[in-house]
Amino acid sequence: MTQDRLTVPATATTPTSGGDPAVRVAGVDKVFTGRRGQVEALHQVDLVVDPGEFVSLIGPSGCGKSTLLRLVADLDSPTAGTIEVFGKSARRARLDQDYGIAFQSAGLLPWRSVADNVELPLRLHGADGATRRGRVAELLEMVGLSEFAGSFPDQLSGGMQQRVAIARSLAENPRLLLMDEPFGALDEMTRERMQSELVRITSETGAAVVFVTHSIPEAVFLSHRVVVMTPRPGRITGEVDVRLGDQRDEDLREDERFFAAVTAVREALHGRPTPASGAHGRDLR
Amino acid sequence: MAVGSVRWRPVALGAAGVLGLVVLWEGYKALGPAEGVTVAGQAVLPRTTDLGMPHVWDMIGRALEPATSIEGAAPVWLAVVQAALVTLGTATAGLLLGTVVGILLALLMQRFVVAEWAVQPWLILSQTVPLIALAPLVVSWGGRLQLGPVQWETWMSVGVIASYLAFFPMAVGALRGLKSPEAAHTDLFRTYATSWWTTLLRLRLPAAVPYLLPALRLATAAAILGAVVAEVSTGHKGGIGRLIIEYAQSGSADPAKAWAPIAGAVLLGLFAAGLVYLLGLALGRYRRQEETA
Ligand SMILES: Nc1ncnc2c1ncn2[C@@H]1O[C@H](COP(=O)(O)OP(=O)(O)OP(=O)(O)O)[C@@H](O)[C@H]1O
Ligand SMILES: [Mg+2]
Repeated sequence: MTQDRLTVPATATTPTSGGDPAVRVAGVDKVFTGRRGQVEALHQVDLVVDPGEFVSLIGPSGCGKSTLLRLVADLDSPTAGTIEVFGKSARRARLDQDYGIAFQSAGLLPWRSVADNVELPLRLHGADGATRRGRVAELLEMVGLSEFAGSFPDQLSGGMQQRVAIARSLAENPRLLLMDEPFGALDEMTRERMQSELVRITSETGAAVVFVTHSIPEAVFLSHRVVVMTPRPGRITGEVDVRLGDQRDEDLREDERFFAAVTAVREALHGRPTPASGAHGRDLR
Repeated sequence: MAVGSVRWRPVALGAAGVLGLVVLWEGYKALGPAEGVTVAGQAVLPRTTDLGMPHVWDMIGRALEPATSIEGAAPVWLAVVQAALVTLGTATAGLLLGTVVGILLALLMQRFVVAEWAVQPWLILSQTVPLIALAPLVVSWGGRLQLGPVQWETWMSVGVIASYLAFFPMAVGALRGLKSPEAAHTDLFRTYATSWWTTLLRLRLPAAVPYLLPALRLATAAAILGAVVAEVSTGHKGGIGRLIIEYAQSGSADPAKAWAPIAGAVLLGLFAAGLVYLLGLALGRYRRQEETA
């Protein structure tokens, strides 16, 4: 499986023009009004993600990570503040198909085969048959599910379904990937393999990623930057610059700098001061 | 179960059910009191005389004989089959009309929440109007209709009444089905920025299939029942409803004959239910959730 390679069409690698960040979140509040009063899910959140940058959001359950991702995806709108994606409104970016998304649950259509699920966005956006077949074959090979192209979602394990959903999110070579705990359902080995694949894909395509996770090592391995959030109300309270270089392979998982960054993120999560280390933590409180 | 294969178990159980009914009928006829059972002056069980309850084999035998004593008359069973086909035609027209109306109403209610609030009460109310009261109204309204060169005919009234019964289960089932996609799926389609129409075609309708099939089963039975009753109450000739009345009138002289068209109506219902079952098999890929659940 280690030889799996996704050939990336030239169009996808075009560097983003100008100085517009991939994502710019400024002064965003999100208040949910329910029957039992109001929930302040996000409070004064500011976040900038550069083109090609991999940013992880980490924080305890209920701190608003999914909510923030949904706002960027224009699946919900902020109560206050602004959100821009590649310099456009979030809505415009959604209509222009500027991002690919993978949710916490796989969300495959049960009546479509694995191949048909992966090709769904291509089909909906009118790609021709040959393009679709070629792309689906590439993507399925990448997630290691080529033999299951004709299977239906109910015949796959949860982790396999999640891999199909990830392939689907990559189908149109988006410049921005929004991923909400996509590897949560995977076993440790598949998970590490998918992490390496994701690092490779994003460095090849130059896609920016906003990645939600509960796992500190995962965030450190994948990201250029880890953003730490706390709940009630959901806020960004810290940031760790990881910058472990683009040569991220399996050896890195045992590297001293890796452990230093893990420690830095853990301390940012627990709100203790960050000691001097290879990683640069900032307390934003 | 394997998708696409006919299950024989229900078929065998169905046959056993029919056999059981025959045994019950003949058993009661053999053992029950000739005057039937009355409780406080009310008949609760029928008389067991040959007039009230002919033997099953007499009914079958009668069905094989000519319908009338006129030379060259067709056998009863053939007359019943012909009438059943006429009724099937009208009921199908009614079912189609009812299905279209039902699904359109469901689409309207799914699309506009206001429509759901406005239409729901009328939907419920519509089903409380008794069919018998409705039939003469439809006939007299239809009679005044002039659709260009097309003259309103009584079979159309019968079809409209059948559709009136069929549209309700379709509307209710379709609405539930169209609303059934989970949030993850509707969110996904929203991120793909698809139109309402594409979302309907690629998400809502496929997701609605497990709800539409049982609705169709109910609507089919309702359409046939509606057609038979409407034939009786509008006096429309040619269908099985009319035949039931006709043969019942020859009652005391020829008791076994009257049961043939009733059996015909039952078989018609079973035939239609079988067709819906086959449709369900053909749509197997949209029912995977049902089977795993
Ligand atoms: N649609 C909604 N209506 C009302 N409250 C909501 C809604 N969505 C989220 N919330 C609330 O907003 C807060 C943040 O939720 P969110 O799902 O963003 O958390 P999360 O950080 O993704 O948690 P987890 O790690 O468990 O996925 C929670 O308190 C939640 O109850
Ligand atoms: Mg979440």
